[in-house]
Amino acid sequence: MSVTLPILILAIPLFMFLLLGIGGVKMSRKLAGILGITALGAVAVISYYVAFTYFFSGDSLFIDDGVRQQCQMFDVTWLAFTDRMVVNIGFLLDPISAMMLVVITTISFMVHLYSWGYMEHEPGFQRYYAFLALFTFSMLGLVVATNIFQMYIFWELVGVSSYLLIGFFYKLPSAVSASKKAFIVTRFADLFMLIGILVLSYYVSNAPADGPLGSASAFNFQMLNNNAGVIANTVVGATFMSGSVLTWAMVLIFVGGMGKSAMLPLHIWLPDAMEGPTPVSALIHAATMVVAGVYLVARFFPLYCIVPDSLTFITIVGAITAFYAAVVACTQIDIKRVLAFSTISQIAFMMVSLGVAYNQPIEGVHYSGLGYMASMFHLFTHAMFKALLFLGAGALIHAVHSNDYTKMGGLRKYMPITHWTFLIGCLAIAGIPPFSGFFSKDEMLAAMYNNHWFWGAWMSMVAGLTAFYMFRLYYLIFWWEENPEYKKEGHKPHDAPWQMSVPLIFLAAVSCVAGFIPFGEFVTYNGEPYHIHLETPVAVTSIVIALLAIGLATVMYAKKNPLPAKFKNAMPGLWKAAHHRFYWDEIYQFVTHKIIFNIICRSIAWFDRHVIDGTMNALAYVTNFFSVKIKGMQSGYVQAYVLWYFAGALVLAVITWICLI
Amino acid sequence: MGYSQFGAMIPELIILGIFLVVFVADVFSRDGSAKKFLTPMTTVLFGLGTIAIWLLPSCEVSVFGGMYVNDTASMAIKAILNIGVFIVLLQSAHWVESDEVAIRKGEFYELLLVTLFGMYLMISARHFLLFVIGLEAASLPLAALVAFNKKHYESDEAAIKYILTAVFSSAILLMGLSFVYAFSGGSLYYSDIYTNIASGQMSGLLIVAMAFMIAGIGFKLSLVPFHLWTADVYQGAPTAITSYLSVISKGATAFAFFIIFVQAFGQIYPDCWEWMLYAVIIATITVGNLFAIRQKNLKRFMAFSSISQAGYIMLGAMTSSTIGLGSMMYYIFVYIVSNLGAFAVITSIENKTGKVGMDDYDGLHKTNPWLSFAMTLAMFSLAGIPPFAGFFSKFLIFTSATSTGSMPLYILVLIALINTIISLYYYLLVVKAIWINPGEAKVEAFKSNTGERAALWICVAGIVLFGLVPYIYEYCYNAALIPGLGQ
Repeated sequence: MSVTLPILILAIPLFMFLLLGIGGVKMSRKLAGILGITALGAVAVISYYVAFTYFFSGDSLFIDDGVRQQCQMFDVTWLAFTDRMVVNIGFLLDPISAMMLVVITTISFMVHLYSWGYMEHEPGFQRYYAFLALFTFSMLGLVVATNIFQMYIFWELVGVSSYLLIGFFYKLPSAVSASKKAFIVTRFADLFMLIGILVLSYYVSNAPADGPLGSASAFNFQMLNNNAGVIANTVVGATFMSGSVLTWAMVLIFVGGMGKSAMLPLHIWLPDAMEGPTPVSALIHAATMVVAGVYLVARFFPLYCIVPDSLTFITIVGAITAFYAAVVACTQIDIKRVLAFSTISQIAFMMVSLGVAYNQPIEGVHYSGLGYMASMFHLFTHAMFKALLFLGAGALIHAVHSNDYTKMGGLRKYMPITHWTFLIGCLAIAGIPPFSGFFSKDEMLAAMYNNHWFWGAWMSMVAGLTAFYMFRLYYLIFWWEENPEYKKEGHKPHDAPWQMSVPLIFLAAVSCVAGFIPFGEFVTYNGEPYHIHLETPVAVTSIVIALLAIGLATVMYAKKNPLPAKFKNAMPGLWKAAHHRFYWDEIYQFVTHKIIFNIICRSIAWFDRHVIDGTMNALAYVTNFFSVKIKGMQSGYVQAYVLWYFAGALVLAVITWICLI
Repeated sequence: MGYSQFGAMIPELIILGIFLVVFVADVFSRDGSAKKFLTPMTTVLFGLGTIAIWLLPSCEVSVFGGMYVNDTASMAIKAILNIGVFIVLLQSAHWVESDEVAIRKGEFYELLLVTLFGMYLMISARHFLLFVIGLEAASLPLAALVAFNKKHYESDEAAIKYILTAVFSSAILLMGLSFVYAFSGGSLYYSDIYTNIASGQMSGLLIVAMAFMIAGIGFKLSLVPFHLWTADVYQGAPTAITSYLSVISKGATAFAFFIIFVQAFGQIYPDCWEWMLYAVIIATITVGNLFAIRQKNLKRFMAFSSISQAGYIMLGAMTSSTIGLGSMMYYIFVYIVSNLGAFAVITSIENKTGKVGMDDYDGLHKTNPWLSFAMTLAMFSLAGIPPFAGFFSKFLIFTSATSTGSMPLYILVLIALINTIISLYYYLLVVKAIWINPGEAKVEAFKSNTGERAALWICVAGIVLFGLVPYIYEYCYNAALIPGLGQ
């Protein structure tokens, strides 16, 4: 495979962004939509081809002696700060990036197609497609980055395009503030990531060039990951804020991932981000951008394994977040927010799975790859079924014109396609065989039990909660009690147009069969195949738990009954707290407005207004003063010009003479 | 002497060849015909010549007893200047067809090419005789070009001012040269001067000679206080000539300045001319800025802006090293696209409406969004706002100036930085006029001509890409790896 195809994968979306962004105003909606969809279709086909070649061609570049290799398709120098701190732009092909290419382009293509129907009547349709293309470009650039700095650049671009898309309905104040919130929170997290990158690369680039690290760029993933042990030895003893440098660096980098993946306590932006168009939520806030944090940890996995503390940190953060988000999801009214918290919870699941992938050292450094593989597997299946659920929610909103489940109920008769596909999505996420979620979740739980029974038990509980709140949502939308509004003329909900139904059916089909992919043969932490086998005790337990949870949901929500209200009234404090997401937003509001704004920002503002502005004003005053004073020099008389000229030369000579001799 | 030595002067021969073709075509085409073919022919020929110069293998040749040298750096700067001239030709394509000028457009091209030929000689000269010939060949036809709108009072006034000061400055330069001749043991070769004028034998006469040399060459660069002609001439001259004067003439002279002062007077750098240049650079950047902030006429405004920019260019000469020359050439390249971008907008608007006042640009974005956009980019680049090329060129030239690590040079860069802030003010005045100032647009919507549009596209592409694509700087740096320069 030449480098043309990898370049095309990045170039086509970028070109489409420029084309639709600049020329879109003059295009008809139809043309812009068709262009966007076709281009993305082409990117998807190329990505499939690249991934297929990578996994199946047997080329020694890609697989050597049964071990899948990392391959830099191209890697050109872009900026050289110092000899070692060189930023390259390249294209890295390895199991996870090939897998991500497939995930991103599939979901993105589905969303492009779906949006054609969903956004049909929205103003700014062309702009919307331009932003989608920009997002796809950024996300693809992120996953194929050959070095941490390239990844960081695209990481920020992803943040920008997410900002643009969340705030797409820029006339709605809530959308504008949600987009700002998302941008500021993730950017705040990225600050820590940048510090982490700088700490890491500073110490690595200080290693002698003739040492084992060689003179390669200090940002390069391959170099960093292949020499994880050496780096640990190099920076041993070096401390940063009274901790080991490597631990600090890896934890700080992970904080960036926490921001993008909405881990507690940086999760607050994701529920609000649901203000964006629903297909955007499906693409960005369910399947691609939010898993960037998981991808980041997976990308740096060898380095994380060197510092077990950081993996423990990841596990704890993930476990708390998963439980928290699952509890909150049980009490939300807005269907998209339920899905948002479900996403947070599921991503936390993947994080825990990565965190427990480290095992106790048996012979030197040894780690089991099960958790890693399972996490990536779940990333894959989750992307498909969560996008399906979001797109299904979009179809519901399209039909009912509300995000609120109280406006729904009994919809199964009116929207059969949406109903069945949504049910498949719910079964998949609940972990019922043979749907895809069951298989990946089973592997993850197995990895957790392998590490420590506590993590396994804890996450089994979260899995139970997941099944419960998803079926609560399902019953409240499609069963419960039919909304009397539907009987009125012109209010009868119906299934969405074909552009929206096709993606639903396709993703539902994928969710039915994706579990049977022998994922371990393709994606493992070290490239060697891992043979998946079901752990019967784990599988049986989790099925039983899921069925119990679904049964409970059926009892409570299948038909209108007073049971849910009873529960709610039995523990009003807990319900209210969960409904308000345990007051995280209020805490942030208090800390930022009352503490940071009042105490820190006021003094900084004073400094800015008086010292910095004062300097600038003084500069302006002095400039203006002299500017007036020397006006006469430019008299317009050529005699005067020549005089100045000659005098200038003489003064120059005389002064130099006086100074030197 | 074999004629084969002329073969080394390929860039000059290409220019000369184009000149001859244009000349013959101009003279022998029927009188009274509009000579419509002349403009496209010249532009196409020059474009081909530019491509040829870019593609030429760069090699080290020294002919005519070492008077003429074509090394990688000279070839690179010629290639860079050629692109600039090509852009100037594109933007003037419409103006030369105007009623007043059309009949004389052959002369315009011939004079332009002759001055370019002179500048090439200046660049490649390694002997002061050749240098002076080049300088004069570049200066005198320019006076005729400045007076090209001969029925306009301002154009004539500008030409008179230009020729008088130019003559005076040539006299000063030659006087300085004669002093140098006295010191160098009777030779005007740069290399002989280098060996004969060693440090430690400073005398008043040598200092005066150096001051006169800086004054004579600084005249063409419009360094302060040798700059006073600039504003009047830029304002009076046809805009195409103004843009030519402000970038091409400056770029060539700056390069020649570097070569002369490093290769001929390199030994007395720390004793003598380092401090002269130091003072002149500070004066140039500051005074240029101080005047620029008060200008209301855009051409005059660009004149003072270009004075200030020349100061930044000369920062590259403060370290007589490869990195200095490399960043200087890069700066010139970026300055060419940025300044010509601004001039392309000014030309378009002047051609259509005759307006050149800054007030006339109020609300321009309402009627001409694309021109406004291009002008904004050009201003941002000139002011040095990332991610446009101007930021990188300023950054690199500052880096080069501080690369020796000496404290006075850090102070110099600090002063230059403060001046960058001041320059931001007046560049943004233009942007403010275009986008923010209230009121109805004073320039009606129009479509600019093909040539002007092509020039604008090239400039905008350059402004956006030069900073982001690392090859341009690498090209300049590698070209600057010539013998006799420290790293």
